[in-house]
Amino acid sequence: MGESSELVGRTRPGATPPRPRGAPPGFSLAFDRIRCDGRGYCAELLPEKVLLDEWGYPIATPGPVPQHLLDHARRAVSACPMLALRLVEAPSSR
Amino acid sequence: MSGSWFLSGPAPREGAETGRAHIQRLGAPSLTGAALIEALERSGLRGRGGAGFPVSRKWRSVAERRGPRVVLANGAEGEPLSSKDRVLMRHRPHLVLDGAVLAASAVGARQVVLYVGREHFDAAEAMLRALAERPPRERRRFRVLRAPVGYVSGEETAAVHFVNRGIALPTSTPPRPFEAGVGGRPTLVQNVESLASVALIARLGDGWFRDHGTLLITVTGSVGRPGVFEVPLGTPLGEAVERSGGRSHAIQALLVGGYFGGWIGAGEAWNLPLHPDRLREAGRSLGCGVVAALPASACGVAATAGIAGYLAEQSVRQCGPCVFGLGAIAAALGRLADGWPEPHDLVRLERWSAELPGRGACRHPDGAAGLVRSALTVFDEDFRLHQARRGCMMDRRPVAAGAA
Amino acid sequence: MSSQVLWYTTRGAGAVSLVLLSAVACLGLLTRLRVRGQGWPSFLSAAVHQDLALVSLFFLLLHIVTAVVDPFTNLGIAAATVPFGSAYRTLWLGLGTLSFELGIAIGLTSLARRAIGVRAWRAVHWLAYACWPLAVLHGLGTGTDSHSAWLVGITVSCCSGVLICLVWRLASAPVDPLAGARAARLPAEGVR
Repeated sequence: MGESSELVGRTRPGATPPRPRGAPPGFSLAFDRIRCDGRGYCAELLPEKVLLDEWGYPIATPGPVPQHLLDHARRAVSACPMLALRLVEAPSSR
Repeated sequence: MSGSWFLSGPAPREGAETGRAHIQRLGAPSLTGAALIEALERSGLRGRGGAGFPVSRKWRSVAERRGPRVVLANGAEGEPLSSKDRVLMRHRPHLVLDGAVLAASAVGARQVVLYVGREHFDAAEAMLRALAERPPRERRRFRVLRAPVGYVSGEETAAVHFVNRGIALPTSTPPRPFEAGVGGRPTLVQNVESLASVALIARLGDGWFRDHGTLLITVTGSVGRPGVFEVPLGTPLGEAVERSGGRSHAIQALLVGGYFGGWIGAGEAWNLPLHPDRLREAGRSLGCGVVAALPASACGVAATAGIAGYLAEQSVRQCGPCVFGLGAIAAALGRLADGWPEPHDLVRLERWSAELPGRGACRHPDGAAGLVRSALTVFDEDFRLHQARRGCMMDRRPVAAGAA
Repeated sequence: MSSQVLWYTTRGAGAVSLVLLSAVACLGLLTRLRVRGQGWPSFLSAAVHQDLALVSLFFLLLHIVTAVVDPFTNLGIAAATVPFGSAYRTLWLGLGTLSFELGIAIGLTSLARRAIGVRAWRAVHWLAYACWPLAVLHGLGTGTDSHSAWLVGITVSCCSGVLICLVWRLASAPVDPLAGARAARLPAEGVR
């Protein structure tokens, strides 16, 4: 089903690579859904982790932010004009 | 001992049970404080407001905080299909007050807020009268506030926000109420039925609860005698329907948990036990204990469309995904129900309901999405018929219309 | 340093500041309008707006320092820090000082936005609507060559650019996507 194919990966087991035991959970994006105004800077600055729905509001892909994208994630966090984005220690974005 | 604890005692037409009768019938609580929390943990009691969170864990999370703490007894009951909380408050107010007082002393709270739905006049009156019968040192701790009418008013952060600011809007978390709630203090938000269960466990112990515990359900829809019933934990859904007068018509599906819950086909539902853990294992949710029967002559698509329209209207409009996503879902369902769908409505419904969970400040969109997904499963043939504009063979009365 | 070099630097840096400040104002308005195109993602308006503000600050400081340091002008620190504190062209110079200080307030609150929150930040940012016109007036009234062709030309272009963006901003509907929905919301208030 074409329209939902980009979301199949969200619920498919194994979509997020397993992390070794004892390793920290990594950093994930946390959205304040009330502050968020649908400006979309986050999706422009971190397209690997943030998609926009048809109304311009962010959908986070599952799993933590990969190491090599952390700097981009921090930039997205500081760019958000509504201060609606945070980077938190958590295994998955919410 | 009969299986009725909440509702045994004086008959409803005699009004609320007085404090004296309450003590005579049940005696005084024997478990308090830390011992009570441990008993609650062993009992496995889960919250009855809808989320089903373990009660002992909630209490511990508040008890271990520093500074003054607050208990909020949640009797808002914003779910339109549910009546159990107001029936409980109306007839057994002392059970609820006991539970609230026990909670306050166990978590170290001096203040108790009683949050009763504005439209539940009799329940509020009974609670106030019962409060007047309590000793002054207990009475002093209570504040009674009337929750605004609305589906989201009973949401825990909305309840806290109402107490703080006079308007019931959910807030972003963190912080959760157990961290900072009423007046910025750690707050235990607990449903009134959960508190009543606590009051019973404090007298009869956790072993009693595991073996003989009961819960309140609201049975509605195409059953003989819709109403609030007390059933032992684990009662199969079919038996619960029988208790409420049996089916008035052939039933095609049950809505379990209220608008926040989900549809289950009658065949599958009949033997499912009314138990939070068992239902969870089966991938379902007890929610707030609503069991609504949809007759075979009704249209599942139309019923779902009506519910979704209500939920979309009840959104407090703080978060884009809820306003637009839920709005789009309700509109598509409406078109499908009326027989004028757009070509991709069904496909989009599946996508929107998959995209919605977790993208609002509260779980309102999640509940709605869960309901819609269950409808797409249970009524999938009807949905395909509607999408193909092959019309609807069923009549289209809403779910809680009751017997024909 | 010869007084002439300082004087030319003051005027030049002042003009450059005005151009940059006008660009900052235009970009600020375009950010608010959520302008976005094929090669111009929306974060870019906000990002360039911030970066240009920093660059204009540099030229502004150059303008102020060279003006104060120049022995010919007899301007003391007071002129640069106290609005209307200079004897020379008190009003026009003062407008510039005022504009500068508003700009500092806006800049500092922007740097501290995470700490003070969006509402406080936005309240101070409204001062931008005073900061820019004051700078323009200062430029027109203070300079000895304020009637020279080049400066008039620069001022006119800057003003047109900003005015066009401003009119566009005023003519556009509010960009809050939930404004309409919130107005239709059922009241969630009750009797306490």
